[in-house]
Amino acid sequence: MKTFRIGGVHPAENKLSAGKAIETLALPKQAVFPLSQHIGAPATAIVKKGDVVKVGTKIAEAGGFVSAAIFSSVSGKVNKVDSVIDASGYRKPAIFIDVEGDEWEETIDRSKDLVKECNLTPEEIVAKIKNAGVVGMGGACFPTHVKLTPPPGCKAECVIINAVECEPYLTADHRLMLEKADEILVGVQILMKGAKVNKAYIGIENNKPDAIKLMTEKAAAYPGIEIVPLKVKYPQGGEKQLIDAVIGRQVPAPPAIPINVGAVVQNVGTAYAVYEAVQKNKPLFERVVTVTGKSLKNPSNFLTRMGTPMSQLIEAAGGLPEDTGKVIGGGPMMGKALVNTEVPICKGSSGVLIMNDKEARRAEPQPCIRCAKCVSVCPMGLEPYLLATCSAHGDWERVEHEMIMSCIECGSCQFTCPSHRPMLDYIRLGKGKVGGIIRARNAKK
Amino acid sequence: MSLILVAVISLGAIGLISAVILYVASKKFAVYEDPRIAQVAEVLPQANCGGCGFPGCSGFAAACVKAGSLEGKMCPVGGQPTMEKVASILGLEAAASEPKVAVVRCNGTCANRPKLTQYDGVRSCVVANSTFGGETGCTFGCLGCGDCISVCQFDAIHMNPETGLPEVDESKCTACGACSKACPRNIIEIRPKGKNNRRVYVQCVNKDKGAVARKACAAACIGCGKCVKVCPFEAITLENNLAYIDPAKCKSCRKCEMECPQQAIVAVNFPPRKPKADAPTAEKQTVGQAAIASAAKPVAVKNETVNMVSAPAAEAPKNTEA
Repeated sequence: MKTFRIGGVHPAENKLSAGKAIETLALPKQAVFPLSQHIGAPATAIVKKGDVVKVGTKIAEAGGFVSAAIFSSVSGKVNKVDSVIDASGYRKPAIFIDVEGDEWEETIDRSKDLVKECNLTPEEIVAKIKNAGVVGMGGACFPTHVKLTPPPGCKAECVIINAVECEPYLTADHRLMLEKADEILVGVQILMKGAKVNKAYIGIENNKPDAIKLMTEKAAAYPGIEIVPLKVKYPQGGEKQLIDAVIGRQVPAPPAIPINVGAVVQNVGTAYAVYEAVQKNKPLFERVVTVTGKSLKNPSNFLTRMGTPMSQLIEAAGGLPEDTGKVIGGGPMMGKALVNTEVPICKGSSGVLIMNDKEARRAEPQPCIRCAKCVSVCPMGLEPYLLATCSAHGDWERVEHEMIMSCIECGSCQFTCPSHRPMLDYIRLGKGKVGGIIRARNAKK
Repeated sequence: MSLILVAVISLGAIGLISAVILYVASKKFAVYEDPRIAQVAEVLPQANCGGCGFPGCSGFAAACVKAGSLEGKMCPVGGQPTMEKVASILGLEAAASEPKVAVVRCNGTCANRPKLTQYDGVRSCVVANSTFGGETGCTFGCLGCGDCISVCQFDAIHMNPETGLPEVDESKCTACGACSKACPRNIIEIRPKGKNNRRVYVQCVNKDKGAVARKACAAACIGCGKCVKVCPFEAITLENNLAYIDPAKCKSCRKCEMECPQQAIVAVNFPPRKPKADAPTAEKQTVGQAAIASAAKPVAVKNETVNMVSAPAAEAPKNTEA
C-alpha cells in the first residue's frame, strides 16, 4: 500500500464520532461572518446595518484575485458590521446577522436529486466556483478557483482528492464520503473538467475501509476516477505528502507549488462544495463539522451553517465537560486552542475538539538530548531542532538557509520529541519573520 | 653536542629571518587607525548595548571620530557626562540632549485586566504575540512573558509578581532602548525623563473602541478625547482611539491626568496634590493614579506603590512647591 516517503508519525486515531451520521444543526440566533475566512485578501462587506438578507445572499465581495466572496448562511437582518474576536483572540472585521426565519434565495436548487450532467465549459465552471465563494475545506482555505487557474507555463495533469483526514479525532470527511459519495464523485468530475484533465485520484487512508469500499464501488460508474487506499501515517493529508503518496512525485521547495509537478489537490469537502455550487447553484455557506473529545457526552458530526458560534455545537454535543482543559479549533495536531467558544464556524473549521485537563497539559520542556527523532519524523526532511534553536535566537538568515519556509507546521517534531521541546512554537515564529523578510526583499526588487 | 649547536643556530636563524619579515610587513601594510578612536572607546561605558544605534562601543567611537560633529550622537548609558568627555577628546562641542528613560505604557494589572485564558506555550512575548491575542481581553497590552527583562543589561527592569507587569528602575535605566525593541507590542517607550524627573504619559496602548477597551481593562484609554480638550498646550493627540502626549509639548500641568475618566494618564514623581475640601480626589485615586499618592501618604509610601518611581532624596524638599 502506498504512502509518502520521508518521516511521519502515528498518533492515536481516536475517531470517536466515525459511526455518527451527519446531523443538521439548528439555526443560530445570530450568525457572525468574519471577512477574512480564507488565504489572501480579506473580503469587502457589501451589506450595511439594517439590510435584509436571505440564505445564500452575497454579503461580501472578494477583495482580490486570491480571495473569496462570503455568503449569508441565514436569513434575517444585518445587525452591524463590526469586529469579532477570532480564534486567536485578535479582533477581525465581521458581519453580524440577526436570524429571522429560514428563507432561501430562489436560485438555489434545494431538491435532493443527484444532478450528474454538467455541460459547462471549463471557464464557466471556474467562474461558477469563484462566484460561489468556494475555498479549500481542509483547513487552509485556499480559494479553489485560483487552484484551477494554473499560472502560465504550468499544466495540470491530474486532480488529487484529499480524503485522507489524517488528523486524529476528525471524522467530517469520512462521514461525508459515506453519505454523499455520488455527489462527491460528480464534484470530482466537475473539478477534472475545470482543471482540464481526465484523471483523478481519491486518496483515502485505510483506517476508513467502509469509505474505500463504497467509493470504489461507486467510482466504477465515473470514468477517470481512481480510488487510492493509503497506509495510515500522519501528515498524509498535507498537500505535498499526498502528491508523493499518490503519484510518487515530490514538490520542490517553495516557491514551487503542486501545479509545478502537474497536480491539483482538492479536499473531498471541496469536491462536495463544488458539486453544490455548480449543479445546485448553492454558494458555500454550510459545512460538516466534527465536535469531539474524550470527555464529551456525545461526539457528533454536524452539518452547520457558517457563522454559528462554536458554543452552540458544543451544547448540541452534550455541553462543555467539567474537566475541559482546552477547546481546539481543528484537530489535535494542527488545530489552534481557542480563547473563546463564541468563535464562529468559518469555511475552514473542520472540527471542534475538547481536550480534558490531563490531555491538554503540555509537559515541561527538558534539554535537547540530540536523539534526532524530530529529524527522522519530519515529512519535509528538515532539521526541526536546528530551526527552533536558530529561531529562538533570532538568526533569520540561518533559518532561511535551512529552508524554514518548507515547514508545513504539521507538528510531528514536537509530537515525537522525548524532551517535549516546543519546537513548533519557535518554527512558526521563524516562518512568520522569514516570510516577512522575503516579501520585503521581493517588494524591493 | 654539535647536534644541539646546529639546532640552536638553525632555529635562531629562522627566528631572525621571520622577525625581519614580520617587521617589514608590519611597517609596509600598517593600517592607520586614528588614535582618538581608542581614546574615545576608553571613556565609553563598554556596555556594548547598541542603544546609540551603532554596533557596540567601538563602533560608536569610530563613528564619533569620523563624523567630525557630535550632533545627534548620544551614549544613552553614559549620558551627558560621557559625551562631554568624548567632546573634550575630539575638541568638539557635545550636543545637548535630554536624559531619557523607558516607560511601560500598560497598566493592565491582574486587578484591572482579568485573565480569561491561560497560556501554556513558550514563555516568550514574541512567540505568544504571534500565537494569540493574550491571556486577557486586551490584544494590545503587556503579555507578561518578560522579553524586556531578559534583554536588559542593566538590571533596570523587573517583573512585579503582583501586577504581572514589568517595572522600570529609573535609577538604573539608561534608555538604551533594548526593552523597547524587544517588546513585540511596542508598549515600552523611551521618553524624556522630564524636568525634575517629572513626566506625564498615557499608560495604555489599546487602540480598540472605547466600549471594547473598557470591557477588556479597567485602566484602558477609551479614546474619549477629554484630555485633548483640556490640554492648554495642544500636546495631546488622539489617533485610533488612543491618546498620546507629545513630551516635547507637554508642560506637565497635569490637567489631563485629573480629567481622564479611566485614570489611564499617569503623572510620576510629582509631589502630592493639595487636598481640596470638596474635591472627590480620594475616590478618583484608584489603581491608575497610584503614582500620585494622596496627600496623607508620605513619599516613602509612594516608592512602594510604584517601583518605577524611585524618587531621589533630593526631590523631597521640592515637594513643598506644589
